[in-house]
Amino acid sequence: MIEKFKEIYENRHAYAENWKRETGGKVMGYFCTYVPEEILYAADILPVRILGGHKPQSVTEPHLFGMYCPFCRDCLAQGLLGKYDYLDGLMIGLSCLHIRQSFHSWKLHRPTEFDYILPMPNALQSPASLSFLKGEYEKFKSALEEWIGRTITDDDLRRGIEIVDRDRKMMKQVYELRKSETPPITGAESLYMVVASQMSDKREHAKLVEQCLEKELPGRLKDRDAGVRLMVVGSEDDNFALLEMIEGGSATIVCDDHCTGTRYFWDEVQLDSAETDPLTAIARRYVERTPCPDKDWPERIRIERILDFVDDYGVSGVIIAQQKFCDPHECEKVHLRETLENKGIKTLALEFDVTDPIGPFRIRTDAFVETLSAGDDLF
Amino acid sequence: MSNELKAKYPSEPLKCWKKAKELREKYYRDYAMAHEKGGIRWSGGANNIEPIPAAFGKDVYPLTGEPYGASIAYDKPFAAKCHAAAEEAGYPRDLCAYMRNYWGSMLINKFAFGGPYQHPDFYWQFHVCSSHAKWYQEASRIGSKIAAKGAPVFVTDLGVGPYFLKNEKTGHYYAAPNENGIRYVVNQLHEHIEKLEKLLGRPFQDELFFEAAENYWENISLWTRICLLNQAIPAPLDEKTIFSLYVFLALNKASGEFVEFHRELLDEVQDRVDRGIAALPTERARIMDDIQPPWGFLQLYRYIEKFGCVCIGSVYSFGLMGIWDIDEDGTLKPKATPKERGIEIKDRDQCLTLLVDTILANIWSQNIIEQSFKAYLMERVYEQWHCEGIMIHFNRGCEGLTMGAAEQRLYLAEKGIPVVGYEGNMGDEREFDLAETEEKINAFMESLGLK
Repeated sequence: MIEKFKEIYENRHAYAENWKRETGGKVMGYFCTYVPEEILYAADILPVRILGGHKPQSVTEPHLFGMYCPFCRDCLAQGLLGKYDYLDGLMIGLSCLHIRQSFHSWKLHRPTEFDYILPMPNALQSPASLSFLKGEYEKFKSALEEWIGRTITDDDLRRGIEIVDRDRKMMKQVYELRKSETPPITGAESLYMVVASQMSDKREHAKLVEQCLEKELPGRLKDRDAGVRLMVVGSEDDNFALLEMIEGGSATIVCDDHCTGTRYFWDEVQLDSAETDPLTAIARRYVERTPCPDKDWPERIRIERILDFVDDYGVSGVIIAQQKFCDPHECEKVHLRETLENKGIKTLALEFDVTDPIGPFRIRTDAFVETLSAGDDLF
Repeated sequence: MSNELKAKYPSEPLKCWKKAKELREKYYRDYAMAHEKGGIRWSGGANNIEPIPAAFGKDVYPLTGEPYGASIAYDKPFAAKCHAAAEEAGYPRDLCAYMRNYWGSMLINKFAFGGPYQHPDFYWQFHVCSSHAKWYQEASRIGSKIAAKGAPVFVTDLGVGPYFLKNEKTGHYYAAPNENGIRYVVNQLHEHIEKLEKLLGRPFQDELFFEAAENYWENISLWTRICLLNQAIPAPLDEKTIFSLYVFLALNKASGEFVEFHRELLDEVQDRVDRGIAALPTERARIMDDIQPPWGFLQLYRYIEKFGCVCIGSVYSFGLMGIWDIDEDGTLKPKATPKERGIEIKDRDQCLTLLVDTILANIWSQNIIEQSFKAYLMERVYEQWHCEGIMIHFNRGCEGLTMGAAEQRLYLAEKGIPVVGYEGNMGDEREFDLAETEEKINAFMESLGLK
């Protein structure tokens, strides 16, 4: 059953095309986890997050200067190579600079029926951001209504919230199990679960997760030595080869903070009563969720949540694995490492590219795990 | 290239050059000595609404980060020390070069203009690119760590979406301010003003604010008019000179001293146009460039001149500190200031709203949100300023301004506009190859029929 999530990830395009055929619905490709999927579900649109293909390519060079992050170039490559030609819409929630170019170039060369730039605020610690975002959501909702030819009601929005939140709750239950001394699911397997939710219908995904929780996960991997408990902190991360390599040794990734992990799903919409305006509730969720470093200022909130995870999950070491050239995360790295190391948590920093140098990474991660498992004395 | 280009036009140095140098030196001196006079100093980005800190008194002095980073870049040995310090501290070298220079200066405790690094009392920043807020968040942390001087950080988010939209029928862009976005920015500023009053123990004075705001609009309007004069043939100014002049608005747009300077400069440039005084006496071709230059290698602009080619400016040098609007036929023109529109400033909220509208309407900053507008602007400048070609600096030191450069190059090439790109770094001398770039320029000039 767990294999199903990997299948969705590896066959994401077939999944989406099949969904379109079976439902007659529209598919919206999106960049960045600040896109409010709740509103898309309310509009009966399937949101699919655009991720890279992790294969070398040569199509982006004329369109995107090589100094921008590998992730944004890999995402654009998928568009230019026609992998996502089934998309009906394309949108971005404004976050980092790099991925904005992918959106822009994609729109230029692979235009879709509908496209949208959602100005997601950056001053999330300002009270002004909530009303601003709600105002932008109202415009976005109107644009969607014009596209799909019907009104999106408050009941639709509540339905959208329910769909997405249920999936979040299921994933949090899975993550809860990873606190155990013998986690029943590896970091790589959990990541397949999370990423699969970003490219499939969450109603179906939540059911699969629920079935896993009931039938497969109890007692799973109980004889596996979890070894050293690690956390991965970073930017976009669907670099499975790295995780599987790490967990093939004597370590388990028990938790994470990155935007293909907990940052994507951890925080739920607070829709307490029938009177709460659903658009405001959705806006509040995106304002208050664990922020991307791009929006984590002037105080650093994200680091506090990382430290909480370190404590809750019994983490011994943190692998800071982020995209090369990623400015927001690079600006954070020095402070993050110092904060963790001051708390006695050792760190290892790795940089991702489109394809990862697994050999050199293995040497470094093996040595890192050894320092954590040997204590102060290696010899 | 020909070694015997004949002078076609008269030329003479700028009369206000000495004053420009004095003003710039005074600016950095005032900042460094602010505390000795009981004043306040702040640091933040050049894309700013300076009238707000100016409202706390006439003894409030800024240090804007980008010109400071560029000044460091110009001094290559000093820059090298800053880079080394930043990298030793763990900051990756692909980060914004200005930012690394700035942090490096803090880490080695040296002010680029002499003496120890001068810590500000607060940071006052406006966030457009991904580094803007992080720059001063991290500067505050560095200050706290190395000198127990972690100044509070006030950042205002400007990420409210595009200001100019495209008319699909005409292909031209038009102003379409996001009122929800303007209110969002204004609300943030109200919050900050309240906190600054508590921090500084001084009231925010509306009279000073309105005066500084008028200076702000006048400064950027004057600069826009100066840029327009460079449409003249021969061009009265060249881009290397323009870089030395536009910087005042990157230092402090609220300065009354700078208003006087810009009035003087406008008169002088108009006079040069009237008398046919050229920046380059051998002008036989004109190009425009784009994005910040490699500050440590401005001789590149003199190299171009050996071909009789003058660089007349760019969307960057015109747009960064100008105030522009677009006619229905695509002609770039100055955006009318509130005074020119007959608006009388009556209260703080109104003044803030007008200032926010101005900063959001800045033509270069939209590129950080979506990149089609700049491609359009580049084409407009190319035509309106009578250019033969465009040179684009693929600047590794600034991801914000280099956004979309590759697509913009393709757009221009498809329009039949001769365009050449070269790689470099505005603030890190290690990432620029002068010889290779000169070879590219040689080939480009030959393609323009200039040898």
